[in-house]
Amino acid sequence: MFQIKKILIIFLITSLTTPLASKEPTILITEIVNEASMILSSNDPVESKIIKLNNIAETNVDIEGIGMYTLGKYRKNLNENQKIKYKKLFNSYFLKSFSSRLVDYSNPKISIVSEKKINEKYTIVNTVLEATAKNPEIKIDWRIYTKNPERPLIRDLIVEGLSLARTQKEEFKSILQNNNEDIDYLFKSLEEFIIK
Amino acid sequence: MKKFLKVFIISIIFQVITLNVFAGSDGTLEINNKTKDQNVEVKDCFETVNRAIFSFNQGLDKVFFKPIAKGYRYLPKPIRSGTGNALNNLSNLVTIPNNILQGQFKEAGVNSLRFSINTTLGIAGIFDVASYYGLNKLDKEDYGQTLGSWGVKEGCYFVLPVLGPTTVRDSLGSIVNLAGGDPWYNVTIGADTKFFENSDYYYSRLTSGVNFRAKNLEAFDNLEKNSLDLYASVRSLYLQDRQRKIQNSDEITETMNDDDWEEIDIQ
Repeated sequence: MFQIKKILIIFLITSLTTPLASKEPTILITEIVNEASMILSSNDPVESKIIKLNNIAETNVDIEGIGMYTLGKYRKNLNENQKIKYKKLFNSYFLKSFSSRLVDYSNPKISIVSEKKINEKYTIVNTVLEATAKNPEIKIDWRIYTKNPERPLIRDLIVEGLSLARTQKEEFKSILQNNNEDIDYLFKSLEEFIIK
Repeated sequence: MKKFLKVFIISIIFQVITLNVFAGSDGTLEINNKTKDQNVEVKDCFETVNRAIFSFNQGLDKVFFKPIAKGYRYLPKPIRSGTGNALNNLSNLVTIPNNILQGQFKEAGVNSLRFSINTTLGIAGIFDVASYYGLNKLDKEDYGQTLGSWGVKEGCYFVLPVLGPTTVRDSLGSIVNLAGGDPWYNVTIGADTKFFENSDYYYSRLTSGVNFRAKNLEAFDNLEKNSLDLYASVRSLYLQDRQRKIQNSDEITETMNDDDWEEIDIQ
């Protein structure tokens, strides 16, 4: 009995002191792609597919980080209330836009090509969306934030060399520049998109 | 046609001259350059006019290009890929001199061989025979890209009726095509040959546009559906695409500036 207790204590100590296994960016993307593929090829109703896709995004995408990046220099001018409101609106906007981009695909086939570690914080996973009868092959690179190796997060999708985060950032900048840099106008545009 | 060209050239020269006067009077767009702290500002000097032309182009697309592109999609795949191959083959005529101008002599050699093989064995480029010999398709080059690789900045961003987004630099590149830089233009419109008609050039350009539109039907619909400001999205995508093509790099990390991400460390 004493022996078992000893083993159990050693096991507990070891498991508490050993750091959690880090997740390789390629594995993260493989899991996401497989999961999304299963959802999209299922016979579930569209609403159910959207909910499931949004769950994937909420777990694996740094939505808050992308939101702040997208706001560019304007994020420095926000007060606390505006920041809270923006984060909430951006989260809804991102999820709606994310699922709406994907839900049209019935069974996308994405294969991992390579992985390139840029620095401690970022790794790029190169993938290819296979060609279909309608569409040509598309290169998709995933920019993964790896500061916390146990929980890598997606920060950008680069489709055929075009960054979605940068495009969105320039879009928001344009909206603000053309409306006297009024953040409420951006909030209004986001609200309109969400309820559309 | 010559009159139109004259007006177009004058308008471009006018834009270049007045660039400094109007620069910054409207929206500006920052595009990150290869080095971190080197930002290039691409000015949208005539944004109000550009937005109006963009709306006109959108309307034209809806009633003309999109329906044709949809119809084109119904053609059997061999016809579509044959058309795509033939158009790609023709584009080599502009790519090869630009390969040379950019010092890409190996690429110029490969493209010349590809053009010779595909034009003859591939029956006017309909079949990509060269790929079977291991001469794979390379990236297209144009005079705008060459100017960019020589260090010429974009100048103002603007939107042309029908033709769409461009910059002063890219328009100057297009003018070079019409001024003798495009052998296909030279043999169809420039010189009075027995073999080709003016219409051959216009058909090839139109088919090229339809082919491009057909390949991107879903992508455009998606962009339209998910953009808060479609004009700004298209402008951003166009400028990113040109920057990547000029750098001849698939390595997106080389064109990305991390400064903004650096500040965001919420994890």
